[in-house]
Amino acid sequence: MAIFSVYVVNKAGGLIYQLDHYAPRADTEKTFSFPLDLVLRLHDERVVVAFGQRDGIRVGHAVLAINGAEVNGRFTADGKDVLEFLGNPANYPVSIRFGRHRLSSNEKLMLASMFHSLFAIGSQLSPEVGSSGIEMLETDTFKLHCFQTLTGIKFMVLADPRQTGIDALLRKIYEIYSDFALKNPFYSLEMPIRCELFDQNLKLALEVAEKAGPFGPAS
Amino acid sequence: MSRSPGRKQENHKISRELFVLTYGALVAQLCKDYEKDEDVNACLDRMGYSIGIRLIDDFLARSAVKKCRSYSETTDMIAQVAFKMYLGVTPSVSCSSATGNEFSLILDKNPLVDFVEELPVERASLCYCNLLCGVIRGALEMVHLAAEVSFLQDRLKGDAVTEIGITFLRKPEDRKHRRN
Repeated sequence: MAIFSVYVVNKAGGLIYQLDHYAPRADTEKTFSFPLDLVLRLHDERVVVAFGQRDGIRVGHAVLAINGAEVNGRFTADGKDVLEFLGNPANYPVSIRFGRHRLSSNEKLMLASMFHSLFAIGSQLSPEVGSSGIEMLETDTFKLHCFQTLTGIKFMVLADPRQTGIDALLRKIYEIYSDFALKNPFYSLEMPIRCELFDQNLKLALEVAEKAGPFGPAS
Repeated sequence: MSRSPGRKQENHKISRELFVLTYGALVAQLCKDYEKDEDVNACLDRMGYSIGIRLIDDFLARSAVKKCRSYSETTDMIAQVAFKMYLGVTPSVSCSSATGNEFSLILDKNPLVDFVEELPVERASLCYCNLLCGVIRGALEMVHLAAEVSFLQDRLKGDAVTEIGITFLRKPEDRKHRRN
């Protein structure tokens, strides 16, 4: 029913394009009084919920904002440490917004390169000769479809598990790439794609694919 | 130039004459800019190369061909699918060496030289269609096949046919680290 994001990775494993089309964000904002019944801990420079899941606030959700002001990693907007702030009863009642943290662009770059390496390992490990590499990675909340062209560019689409027609969508994205990115004389190969026409046509293609829905053309 | 039926856009046909004229103007301008024929040929080859590295993805996206497993399959693909798609002609393929990595494409019709009958005397070693050689070389390089492409015979120089020679450089056994 939904396509979450599109990633385009060049031959060297660098991310050259990324689009977040639909993010099923479920942010929850609640007012709390001392003492806080959620157990928070620091993880990767972020304050996340370790225990005490309730009311839509799940384990793993990060603190996104305190009293309306967005937090900056482990520090509040005005530079105070979040855990210290929440440990002090004088600051209560406090309104905290929890949610899944968004990936930063550096994290996306890292993940794309990691997938590129996994893809290469996958095709080497294959018991059959001439493996096409990882085509699909399935989890219970999303499916990652990957298509590697003969020239080495990878197109990855993260979509809802029930979404069909992703194979056709990947071929369509390849066509759009060959048209609006490659035929643009000012676009250098293997560099990040910053072409307005590519963006527009890609979004159109995603909308068409989504409208076709789960009963659309078979993938 | 028309788009494949899978496209939603209408068929935009641009006149073939315009394309041939544009190519002719390009070669004529290069002849004015460079004195030596080798320089013009090299420039055409470079231009063709930068076209080829981009054209290959367009070709692969539209024709959806499978990976070629041998040099002769690759050459057949170039002659029967690629030339047909982009220039509307189908050259014939012949394999000219025992090692199996030298091929030639024999063009009996070449749309680029429709309006050219022969080269001027001072430009006797000009390869008029050298752009095509660059295109083929660039395209092959992007699918990890190094090749040397050049004109072996040229009707404009008085030969009987126009022949493009493709020599694949790496032996198949050397491609141990090829991707997928």
